[in-house]
Amino acid sequence: MAATVTADLLERGVQRQITLSWRQASVISMRNVTLRLGRAAVTGAGIVLGIAFLVAVWTARVVDDGWEKYQGRRSHSVAADRAIDREQAQEAIAARRAKGNWLVVMSLLVCGVGITNSLLMSVTERFREIGTMKCLGALDEFIVRLFLIEAAVLGVLGSVAGAIVGHIIVLVISMITKRPDIVAMMNWGVMLGYLGLSVLIGTVLSLTAAVFPAMRAAKLPPAAALRTEI
Amino acid sequence: MAEKSFEDKTTETIACPKCNFSVDTTGLVTKCPQCGEDMVSVLRELGRVKVRAGLARDDSATTHEFIVRTKGLTKVYQMGDVTVPALDGVNLDVRRGEYLSIMGPSGSGKSTLFNMVGGLDKPSGGTCFIDEVDMAQLDAFELAWLRCRKIGYIFQTFNLIPVMTALENVTLPMIFAGMGTDEMLDRGRELLERVGLGERYNHKPHELSGGQQQRVAVARSLANAPAILLADEPTGNLDLRTGREIIELLKELNVEDGVTIISATHDLKMIEASDRVVHIRDGKIERIDRREDLQIDVGTIGGEEVV
Repeated sequence: MAATVTADLLERGVQRQITLSWRQASVISMRNVTLRLGRAAVTGAGIVLGIAFLVAVWTARVVDDGWEKYQGRRSHSVAADRAIDREQAQEAIAARRAKGNWLVVMSLLVCGVGITNSLLMSVTERFREIGTMKCLGALDEFIVRLFLIEAAVLGVLGSVAGAIVGHIIVLVISMITKRPDIVAMMNWGVMLGYLGLSVLIGTVLSLTAAVFPAMRAAKLPPAAALRTEI
Repeated sequence: MAEKSFEDKTTETIACPKCNFSVDTTGLVTKCPQCGEDMVSVLRELGRVKVRAGLARDDSATTHEFIVRTKGLTKVYQMGDVTVPALDGVNLDVRRGEYLSIMGPSGSGKSTLFNMVGGLDKPSGGTCFIDEVDMAQLDAFELAWLRCRKIGYIFQTFNLIPVMTALENVTLPMIFAGMGTDEMLDRGRELLERVGLGERYNHKPHELSGGQQQRVAVARSLANAPAILLADEPTGNLDLRTGREIIELLKELNVEDGVTIISATHDLKMIEASDRVVHIRDGKIERIDRREDLQIDVGTIGGEEVV
């Protein structure tokens, strides 16, 4: 029996596959982000705020450490007398830090929930689009891929913006309340490490928050998605 | 996966010219699995590959007479405590190259039948065969393959992706099919010209009129040269003149390229273009009219009023 095909498709041998390369998925996702800036901004705002808070806490910590070291250097002569005071001071610092950590974790969780909600809304708005893409032959994992790339991009951009905002605000406040040259006393190696870590945390948070909405979007049978009235 | 193949069912083997391995040519073979030697030229020489440069083509080797067959198709929707029977034992055979219209009032099960045939939803009972392949036995990957390459969809609400231009919309199914970029763009432009939108390829859907959007949707449905076009109320959101243009376009595709067209519609203008009209009511087929038998008077069909 003859196989009747168009020659060019046969030559490529692609008849049996369904693909969506990461590069093509990225192009589509970036288009969605840039042209739906309003929705992206709402989702991004959650990350910006959460990471800004995180970086603010960390920056304050580095500033305080720098300040303490500077003060310690000035009064090293009375170190012996102040041994017990120093111990108490360190306990106070540890307690304050624990509270700060707890606050940061809670705020990140709240932001995560906010991002999930915002992405769920975004998915709902695009039910029809998702159903259409499945009618064109998209596999479930393609839909998940598209949403995860969007979330990752928003995560990175939002984290960077949030880190800058949180960092600058605390720096400015510290410069005003303590001394303008506090900037020189800070341990910048640690600070930059914190900044990098915060971007990573923000991206991971965004991706984690997006997993549930993306999987929900992908599992829709095309007919149900097309029936939705928005 | 062999039993569920859409391709040729009979197995034939050819000896690879390089390593003499007997290559199973069920379906499509481009390379010898053992030595990687290109088999296309061999197949061409044996006359087993016909090149037909059409926009739509019929790629099933054993040409089954009926491209779609349903047997006792049933669908029941569960809404809380209430069960709503949408389809009640539908038996329908659609011939290859036919233009079939499914007509019926709202709530008759028209869209449900359409969804079943198109693989958009699973039936509660009965079977639906596409090219003699039972759709219920297909897994997600095969269903996606079917929707990508064998079936094209046209919707009442056009359903174009709003953030993409016309050309990108048309080439989206080609991306899923793994086509190369240059070829994709060429074919996309060709298809848009075929539907009469050659200069509008860079416009986004909101910059196009309803009729133009539907034309883009028709071009998109032809992206991977499918064997079947499923149209769900294609003229529902269009005015009289634009609707007529779209129906003419579909008829042209049916006649010139041999695409089987199945459309679910309210539109009476579709009757003139159809080879057969299936009337469905309350989930059952009431009657099937053939075009030769119909008498089209003004206002009525065959003497009775059609809803």
